[in-house]
Amino acid sequence: MILTIERVKKSFDGFVAVNGVSFTVEKGELCSIIGPNGAGKTTLFNLITGHLPSDEGKLLFKGIDITYMPPHRICRLGIGRSFQRTNIFPRLTVFENVQSAVLAHRGKSLSFFRPVGSLFLKETEAILEMVGLREYEKTVSGSLSYGFQKQLELGIALATEPELLLLDEPTAGMSAKETHQTIELIGQIARDQGLTLLFTEHDMEVVFSISERIMVLHQGQLIAEGTSEEIRNNSDVRKIYLGEAR
Amino acid sequence: MSKENWILIPFILIILLIPVSGSRFYVFLGTDILIFGLFAVSLNLLLGYTGLVSFGHATYFGIGAYTCALLMKKASIPFPLAFAAAGVLGGIAALVIGFFCVRLTKVYFAMLTLAFSQIVWAIAFKWNSLTGGDTGFIGVPFPQYLDSKIRFYYFTFAVVAVSLFILRKVVNSPFGRILTTIRENPERTEFIGINVKLFQLAAFMISGVFAAISGALFGIFNNNVFPDILFWPASAEVLIMTILGGIYSFFGPVVGAAVLLFLRMQVTSYTVYWPLILGMILALLLFFFPGGIVGFLKTRLVFVKGNR
Amino acid sequence: MSLPDPSFLLIQSLNGLTYAMFLFLIASGLSLIFGILGILNFAHGSLYMLGAYFTHQFVSLFVDAPGQFWWAAILASLTVAVIGVVIERFFLRHLYTREQLYQLLFTYALVLILSDFAKIIWGTGQFSVSRPAILKGAVPILGQYFPKYNIVIILLGPCIAFTFWFIILRTRWGRKIRAAALDREMLDSLGVNVSRLFTVVFFIGAWMAGLGGALVSPVSAIVPGMDVEIIINAFIVVVIGGLGSFWGTFLGSLIVGQVYALGILAFPRLSLAFIYVLMALVLILRPWGLLGRRLQR
Repeated sequence: MILTIERVKKSFDGFVAVNGVSFTVEKGELCSIIGPNGAGKTTLFNLITGHLPSDEGKLLFKGIDITYMPPHRICRLGIGRSFQRTNIFPRLTVFENVQSAVLAHRGKSLSFFRPVGSLFLKETEAILEMVGLREYEKTVSGSLSYGFQKQLELGIALATEPELLLLDEPTAGMSAKETHQTIELIGQIARDQGLTLLFTEHDMEVVFSISERIMVLHQGQLIAEGTSEEIRNNSDVRKIYLGEAR
Repeated sequence: MSKENWILIPFILIILLIPVSGSRFYVFLGTDILIFGLFAVSLNLLLGYTGLVSFGHATYFGIGAYTCALLMKKASIPFPLAFAAAGVLGGIAALVIGFFCVRLTKVYFAMLTLAFSQIVWAIAFKWNSLTGGDTGFIGVPFPQYLDSKIRFYYFTFAVVAVSLFILRKVVNSPFGRILTTIRENPERTEFIGINVKLFQLAAFMISGVFAAISGALFGIFNNNVFPDILFWPASAEVLIMTILGGIYSFFGPVVGAAVLLFLRMQVTSYTVYWPLILGMILALLLFFFPGGIVGFLKTRLVFVKGNR
Repeated sequence: MSLPDPSFLLIQSLNGLTYAMFLFLIASGLSLIFGILGILNFAHGSLYMLGAYFTHQFVSLFVDAPGQFWWAAILASLTVAVIGVVIERFFLRHLYTREQLYQLLFTYALVLILSDFAKIIWGTGQFSVSRPAILKGAVPILGQYFPKYNIVIILLGPCIAFTFWFIILRTRWGRKIRAAALDREMLDSLGVNVSRLFTVVFFIGAWMAGLGGALVSPVSAIVPGMDVEIIINAFIVVVIGGLGSFWGTFLGSLIVGQVYALGILAFPRLSLAFIYVLMALVLILRPWGLLGRRLQR
């Protein structure tokens, strides 16, 4: 079990966003969390990565208690994440974006006098190659199209060599073709690198196509868990999604 | 990179040759520009590179000036030691104040820097026995072998050049790069494994050290130190110098310092309402020229390649 | 050091309470504008200062008229409110799409401009306004005397607090304002005129600042520098009391007022330091303030 969530709870000013959620994720699994808007998916992610403190419950990663750990330490333990709204370094070039993440990960960030220029050139280019952005490496990342920015974000997350990758709506706002490409890419990288994947999604096709296990969140509670077959046929889930199907 | 170094050479030559012209005026102005140039670049480490706005940077300038002057005059400590102590004390003050300020972000951070700068000013203003209070501290001696304005001018140039060299190295290092990612997106930076507050504090400290060094130079050059170098308009001035020059370039703030000092000289010979002009310059910059002078030039002259 | 007379302490404490009410007026206007518009209006203290200067100006205009002080105060605060609207509509509005720091820097520029503006018009001397006739004189408390005017100010504070709280929490206007604070875009798409809302909020905030300045003119000297002094103290109030918390601002004002007043008795030269020590403690132990919410904007 690489990730264990035990009875985690989080409220904002009386509104309960996450209400006693528990589940585990095995190493190498490709899981997804689905649920209508406001179900608490992003909040849950924020709890896992330490961006929000939980009110109750425990979170364990590789057996280590990460419940009260600050985000940068959780990242160093081996969790990587992409965010719902694109989170890159807009004024830096594509190369610099990924290189910075590599620098941080390799512990070279407190070096004061060496010029940063081509540090970790090979590693950075390898990642750019993986996410298909090699030819754009000198472009200022803020000027990239939305789809490419999302790819860059994936690259930044991968640069920290995570064991568990959390992806928050990785195909949000993409066309059908881009979605398909992105999911192919993610699935391939996950398999090549032996990553454990946990992602949230709205697009049901995506979810059913690559998830080995699906968890359904509704109003902060886990109401169903299972394979795509099981979830497809689950009556509770269908009730929630009636009218929401893509 | 080397293209930028070539551009520097004519400027360096001009700076070195100014005293030869025999004009005291230009030596004075030159020293001022060098000192405030370093002061502004130190602030830009925070502003342009780390994305932190400080409304109280004059605090470290003032601490440097007072420390060096007081140690030399009152404790008869030799100049090299007093000068080093100024830098160290500036760094320590920045560490202490910065520790509190980085606990909050953005606008709160800015206001906290202002609040702390006010109390330091109040202390200097009221502690008559130590700092001479509001009447200031006069009679700061020149160090032994630098006993003329011209000699001190060259010394200032040497110190500023070395300091800028060091700061340039820092800015181009991995540490400097992480500062820019913090500027761009602190949340993301945290999640590539960086303790953002620690880096912000480190940047704060480094900028404090160099601000203090420029302050120490200032105190000696003028042979006096007054508390108004700690008062908030002084922080406003250096901030505007930095923005005016261009926060996304390394030497931009030096350009800004030169232009603003020159402007101030002209304006104050006509009117006492310099803050009014200063405020209007800032407003103009914010609305129309956020990239400052260098930013503006860059969009016009494509061949000048700068840092981001 | 012998213990001072308890009645003297009480008077000093009441002085602290008076000062707290002024701080509260400024700090809550500041919080309101920051909470809704996302702008930390550094020039809020300048508006306060202008309120005081204008009051002095109008009082000299309405010489010997009945109720001259009140008319002057109302007119002055409204003038400041209008100035606030001009600032918001013609300048700040264009910076809404930029980063938060641009707006802060602009209000910083305003402080420089308005401070010299006041000097140009009124010079650098000190002014004072006499208290309104009905409130002249003092009331005996435990053998000491406390000005009637100050008592009115102390009573006024909670009234304003209650009115403010009531409007924001109970009325339809208030709900719109709170919604705007949370999601500007959504409100826009619902057809609410958000820019008008913002102007109104700024008007209210500026009006409160101007009123504060008007009311303080008989109590405190009107001098250059009062703008920066009050804004820093108002900000410290917000930090101690709690970011984004209305009652936190009230609590913070009370605390800062008392620390100032009683601190002066204990250590006259270091009284300022106490507030800073307090703020430093809050920043270490509870960075989001005593009553603030953990997540800051």
